[in-house]
Amino acid sequence: MANLTLVQAINLALIQEMEADDRVILLGEDIGKNGGVFRVTEGLWQRFGPERVVDTPLAESGIIGTAIGLAMAGLRPVPEIQFEGFLGPAYDQICTHAARMRTRTRGAFSVPMTIRVPVGGGIHAPELHSDSPEAIYAHTPGLKVVMPSSPYDAKGLLISAIRDPDPVIFFEPKRIYRAFREEVPEDEYTIPIGQARVVTEGDDITMISWGAPVIQCMQAIEKASASGGAGKSIELIDLRTIKPLDIATIITSVKKTGRVIVVHEAPKTAGFGAEIATEIMEHCFLYLEAPPQRVTGFDTIMPYYKLELDYLPEEPRISEAIEQLAAF
Amino acid sequence: MPIKPVLKTQIDHVSILDEHGNFDAKLGKGLIPDDDAVKLYEHMVVCRQLDEVAFKLQRSGRMGTYPQNMGQEATSTGAAYALNKDDWIVTAYRENPGLFWRGLPMEYILWHWMGDERGNQIPEGLYVTPISIPIGTQMLHATGLAWAAKYRKEDRIACTFFGDGATSEGDFHEAANFAANLNLPVIFFCQNNGWAISVPSCIQCSAPTIAQRGIAYGMDCVQCDGNDIFAVVKVMKDAIKRAREDKRPSFIEALTYRLGDHTTADDARRYRDAEELDQWKLRDPITRLGEYLKKKKLWNSGKEEALQARAKAEVAEVVKRAEGIAPPAKSEMFDSMYATIDDPQLRIQRETMRTSSLGQDQSQAGEDIEASGRERT
Ligand SMILES: Cc1ncc(C[n+]2csc(CCOP(=O)(O)OP(=O)(O)O)c2C)c(N)n1
Ligand SMILES: [Mg+2]
Repeated sequence: MANLTLVQAINLALIQEMEADDRVILLGEDIGKNGGVFRVTEGLWQRFGPERVVDTPLAESGIIGTAIGLAMAGLRPVPEIQFEGFLGPAYDQICTHAARMRTRTRGAFSVPMTIRVPVGGGIHAPELHSDSPEAIYAHTPGLKVVMPSSPYDAKGLLISAIRDPDPVIFFEPKRIYRAFREEVPEDEYTIPIGQARVVTEGDDITMISWGAPVIQCMQAIEKASASGGAGKSIELIDLRTIKPLDIATIITSVKKTGRVIVVHEAPKTAGFGAEIATEIMEHCFLYLEAPPQRVTGFDTIMPYYKLELDYLPEEPRISEAIEQLAAF
Repeated sequence: MPIKPVLKTQIDHVSILDEHGNFDAKLGKGLIPDDDAVKLYEHMVVCRQLDEVAFKLQRSGRMGTYPQNMGQEATSTGAAYALNKDDWIVTAYRENPGLFWRGLPMEYILWHWMGDERGNQIPEGLYVTPISIPIGTQMLHATGLAWAAKYRKEDRIACTFFGDGATSEGDFHEAANFAANLNLPVIFFCQNNGWAISVPSCIQCSAPTIAQRGIAYGMDCVQCDGNDIFAVVKVMKDAIKRAREDKRPSFIEALTYRLGDHTTADDARRYRDAEELDQWKLRDPITRLGEYLKKKKLWNSGKEEALQARAKAEVAEVVKRAEGIAPPAKSEMFDSMYATIDDPQLRIQRETMRTSSLGQDQSQAGEDIEASGRERT
């Protein structure tokens, strides 16, 4: 066991998968000698050499398109897109090829690649370094979408993603890259894709989130319980995987609590919270005691950093929603 | 049938004032009048001062991530000098000196990096576009701006700046192809500073020059010493003539160097040799022009001292203005989303600063809101 940050846990998972399987290769911008702009691939170029840790030309479509070819040939590429805001040029290759390859060839080809992408706001970064596009990819059939919120989960989920026979987008919430440490086993372990985690148990409200806002949810829960919250025993579910959605865990919880808040950084309209709320209506209609609530980013462009904390679903907005939901 | 060559080509390298002070009198004749040379020098010194102060603002927590322009002043300054006031300048983020030469107040650039969109609210009458963060994308816009000028039979041309790394993006190649195919008056100005963050330019381009990429699209290409403002002005004047008179695009590769880190979030010592940096410090574009002026008795230490003092004072005022702006209202993130905010969901979010429906009332969605801003016609 070692006490690791999220960055270190991902680094460790990459090392272990690369040692175990020489089909695993990394490609991306600045991931080699520089170790990635967030140092996630620190030391890997030195350890595995430039054939397996490849600094590519500055071209996201090139990175993903060639990774698709590598994967079609049976390798297990792990391309990195430097920031989620630069997925744009890669969108075409991801959605028009990676996502569709297996089904359009009826299984003759597959694309076992894991696209690592730092995601989300809260670090005072420049424009296009703070977005949350997970719903776009969750809406694209053929992709799996993962977003861990802790070092332990990050390691286990990344290993699962690399071993997964289909394309996985592995979003890494940069706000918590180094925000805290956690015990992470040295030994290999996997966390299945598609399984949510109940972070805290509770009876009155179900709160559902993923990625960095899980931390803001925990702050709000602490505050609610500190203020002697009657009717505020909150069950927090960290999705960990957005697609495929672990609907069973959500249903079990909502049938118990009857009240739900979904928290995400992405804009509200057509955000993944909308999907979750609908699933809940479909499966738990008669158990609901209040309308499902969404505490999310606004339907605006992610503002530059002077306003980013006003945009993000920070603790006060979550706490307000808890109050109103409890009182309903 | 014998095999015969169908294409023979060459790329010229233009240098007029080299780092040892040698000046090519023939090429340089009448290129930059003495008065202008002094002004250009003074401008670059003030820009360098701003760049250094911006770096310190970031380090002391008063500004976010900032990409230093240090060492690359001659490229955009020289280009902006050669262009007309109403030609488009379409930049990435390492062309502050060119934007300032054109007249963008310096605080705009600081606002941008201080996390404030008002830094992109280009004042009326300035033909410059805001800083562009997604690499390689803005060349297409320059191509469209030039297209519009041609369509409207205006004399206007466009000059777009980008790095060596940017020439790897597909968008660059599409822009070059459109510009050549549609015969558009656009100048592709590549600042080859040797690096794209930690990646050396040899990874972006395996050919001997980046300039030759333009040949593939059928445009005139040239390479120049980007730290030699005379060379920059010369190649720009040639390209401007082609654009204005022949409506043809050109590609310029200017060899320069980033004397600082990629941004304040980077540490170039991790991937770059100290000797390489030292070598390039000797080719500093500002020192080079200063020495030239001294040799011509256009400059002396007294003037230098006065200029340094003026640069400090001016930049201090810029910082005051940059930091003195009132914080943006929270509603600002909504206000320019559409010309008319007719989406009730958006208006209710703006009014309540929340997204959860409890505690919101549909009446709070209010009426359509006309956004501020101006339309070009
Ligand atoms: C589409 C896109 N991909 C990646 C990035 C991250 N990034 C910012 S600057 C940069 C390197 C740019 O190099 P170059 O074009 O040579 O310009 P320079 O910074 O050297 O001026 C990278 C990879 C980005 N901003 N946009
Ligand atoms: Mg560069």
